[in-house]
Amino acid sequence: MSKIHITTSVNGDPTEFLCEADETLLDALRDRLGMTGAKEGCGTGDCGACSVTVDGRLVCSCLMLGAEAEGREIGTIEGMAEGDQLHPLQRKFIEHAALQCGICTPGLLVAAKSLLEKHPDPTEEEARYWLAGNLCRCTGYDKIIRAVMDAAQEMREAS
Amino acid sequence: MALDDKQQYQTRQFKVVGTRVKRPDGVDKVTGKARFGADMSAPGMLIAHVLRSPHAHARIKSIDTSAAEALPGVHGVVTRADFSEITDDDFTADILDNCMAGDKALYDGHAVAAVAANSVAVAKRALKLIKVDYEVLPHVTDVDAAMEDGAPVLHDGRANETVPEGMSPNVLARYEFGHGDIEAGLAKADRVIERTYKTEATHQGYIEPHACLASMGPDGQADLWCCTQGHYMVRNTCAAIMGMEQGQLRVTASEIGGGFGGKTTVFLEPVALALSRKTSRPVKMVMSRSEVLRATGPTASSSIDVRIGMTKDGQITAAFAELRYQGGAYPGSPVEFGSMSAFAPYDLENVKTVGWDVVTNRPKQAAYRAPGAPMAAYAVESAIDELAKGFGLDPLAVRLKNAAREGTKASYGPTFPAIGLEATLRAAKDHPHWAAPLGENQGRGVACGFWFNFGGDTCVTLNITPDGTVTVSEGNPDIGGSRASMSMMAAEELGIPYEQVRTIVADTGSLGQNEVTDGSRVTFAVGLATIESARAAKREMCKRAAMVWGIEEDAVKWEDGAAHPAGENAGKHPPMTLKEIAAVASNTGGPIAGHHEANPEGAGVSFATHMVDTEVDPETGAVKILRYTVFQDAGKAVHPDYVEGQFQGGAVQGIGWALNEEYIYGDDGILQNAGFLDYRIPVASDLPMIDTVILEIPNPGHPYGVRGVGETSIVPPLAAVANSVSEAAGVRLTQLPMSPPKVLSALHSK
Repeated sequence: MSKIHITTSVNGDPTEFLCEADETLLDALRDRLGMTGAKEGCGTGDCGACSVTVDGRLVCSCLMLGAEAEGREIGTIEGMAEGDQLHPLQRKFIEHAALQCGICTPGLLVAAKSLLEKHPDPTEEEARYWLAGNLCRCTGYDKIIRAVMDAAQEMREAS
Repeated sequence: MALDDKQQYQTRQFKVVGTRVKRPDGVDKVTGKARFGADMSAPGMLIAHVLRSPHAHARIKSIDTSAAEALPGVHGVVTRADFSEITDDDFTADILDNCMAGDKALYDGHAVAAVAANSVAVAKRALKLIKVDYEVLPHVTDVDAAMEDGAPVLHDGRANETVPEGMSPNVLARYEFGHGDIEAGLAKADRVIERTYKTEATHQGYIEPHACLASMGPDGQADLWCCTQGHYMVRNTCAAIMGMEQGQLRVTASEIGGGFGGKTTVFLEPVALALSRKTSRPVKMVMSRSEVLRATGPTASSSIDVRIGMTKDGQITAAFAELRYQGGAYPGSPVEFGSMSAFAPYDLENVKTVGWDVVTNRPKQAAYRAPGAPMAAYAVESAIDELAKGFGLDPLAVRLKNAAREGTKASYGPTFPAIGLEATLRAAKDHPHWAAPLGENQGRGVACGFWFNFGGDTCVTLNITPDGTVTVSEGNPDIGGSRASMSMMAAEELGIPYEQVRTIVADTGSLGQNEVTDGSRVTFAVGLATIESARAAKREMCKRAAMVWGIEEDAVKWEDGAAHPAGENAGKHPPMTLKEIAAVASNTGGPIAGHHEANPEGAGVSFATHMVDTEVDPETGAVKILRYTVFQDAGKAVHPDYVEGQFQGGAVQGIGWALNEEYIYGDDGILQNAGFLDYRIPVASDLPMIDTVILEIPNPGHPYGVRGVGETSIVPPLAAVANSVSEAAGVRLTQLPMSPPKVLSALHSK
């Protein structure tokens, strides 16, 4: 079976890769492009560790085919900081100790960024429901929610 | 030398310890750079997949791998025939049998063969070409059913000498602890209750599936990269299974995406090494989530009888529990720990526990955070709560009345030194949560929990670099911020800023033996070794300063990151800072380092009290957690954020165990919920903030008073939630999880 040639954009960089027809976007990112920031926790869209954005929309990259990236704009955790400037969410996750093992962190950050782009002033409950698709087993979510709410406030004040 | 080593934890004023510094692996982890188990590749690497038994119990009559081996792209297939049998070590033989089935497949998902190929697609195709001839056997997955006469038998002749004649061969060991006279004690009670409680198996649920990359050359040397709680354990176990010398296998621990005990053994690693040996290529293996749930180690399920007598003023007169745990298809369920810990929070004149280790056709259990203790605490704390409420007594007051304290002879034998249970209970009683009003269909529950904590083999090396920065090499994977904690303790002891220290997790070639990251041991034992390493380096630096000054070594003391002339030499020379001493090290005897190797005793037991409010929906049986507060003794909280994080994380895992999580087996013995959709762990919208109160009752066994904190936090929540739900529902539930159908049925049975 011949591979499919895909032309896409990842974090703003023009990107090409070859993938199998049944290969997920997650596998293409990790195995073809060496971008291992997105993680596979379940492969069934239940844990959110593989969260990326596609044309600005939050998706589980394990539920999308690599071939579907053709002509789209993919955003991953690797593109979240600007140079050495961490995104406020990234900074707040460190400041609030919102990670223990850190495996869910890339997915949570991508999902939280997506939340704050749509809802800059979420209630705690809105944040909890938005992030309900991102499993964390270490923290009990307390410090994650605090970090997201604090980042939201800082970003609102800065804008 | 007049080093100030005698500074005691009671009076010490900390500068770094107790602050909330940023973790050194933070940036890598928020930018996606941190490399976890599955994030490593090697040139020429093959991908391997595992063929797993579709039967709960079956004899493997034959395996034909010829068609798979003939498939282009397949480089090697292994079955049990590729491993030497281990005849002198049952513990390791069981691990091998769990990694690759021998004569029998013992549970749904048991590995029977593995294929290494040049792509995932080829490996998966090859698995379908392997022909296994199974003779399906009767199976049993329930602990009580497995103990019955005539139950399907997994192994013959594995029971040890503690098991009485005539029991099912599935019962492998019996444990007994306690003192006093149960019947005499019960006779003094105003009420005796007798209850049976059951808990289902739950999985640690780490988000990172097991993964490894093995590379073995024809010269017999091998390298292994894997996510594990203990790469030294991986080295030793794999070397034993592969017939290698330990020194020939170097294991490097990746960043670890959660473990909670589940990564304290091996599943894939020996298979990857065997495939690499066979193919002379690097071999990578990554589990799917369904493989993690079917074939790695969940915890035990349990069935527990409790008999407790209490006087009407709340004094426990006698307490007895009989605990039956199934630990999957091999010996070693955590029933011994359950039996030891069940009544540990209480000062009891008459107490006895009996534990039974039982095998069933389920995956081999692995440690899960305070292994064995949460289910025992669930049973005991539920019964105590029912007795207290039956007498109209305050459940916190009853626990305080019976609480173990310094000098109490513990139910499992030892006499407690200074412990923190009373402090947690008093803090709970004084907390505004205890007095907060409750609404309709709401209830409040409390429960106590205990964990032993542990020391274990530990090596640390602390190096002073030529420019005076400090690197600490330790051998325990950092699962929740321990590199930060080690750097803090090194900085504290050396009197330098935290930022001047960097801690790394060294590979197995770099240090001596290190026990796995378990038993809540790392901050205690590795912390102790880090402090002692820093003290050794300080002694050496004082010696170097003495040399420079031309005075006696013992006329130098270390203070605030510098050597100072002391005694009659005081003030005669300007202090030499760590950086200044490092700069001239080459001319004063060479590089400076401190190291410490130990198997420290004195881990210091740990207690917690949890308080939780729930609301039960009478229409659906769904339970909502409204408010949760953890009170736990940390000895000394090195990094309070991470201590709180351990409290919160353990509490929420316990909430999942209490309300949602369970292994569901069909009548066919097949696991029905091998995915995160159906094995539902708590999500953010299920929960409120988890409040924490850190108590600090110093542990005399650690230079700074530290106690482990990681495990105790999962011990009380099962019971605390159950006690809360029972109050909210107006009916006592005695089985976990309290999923909506069970709660609804309990409501209907009122």
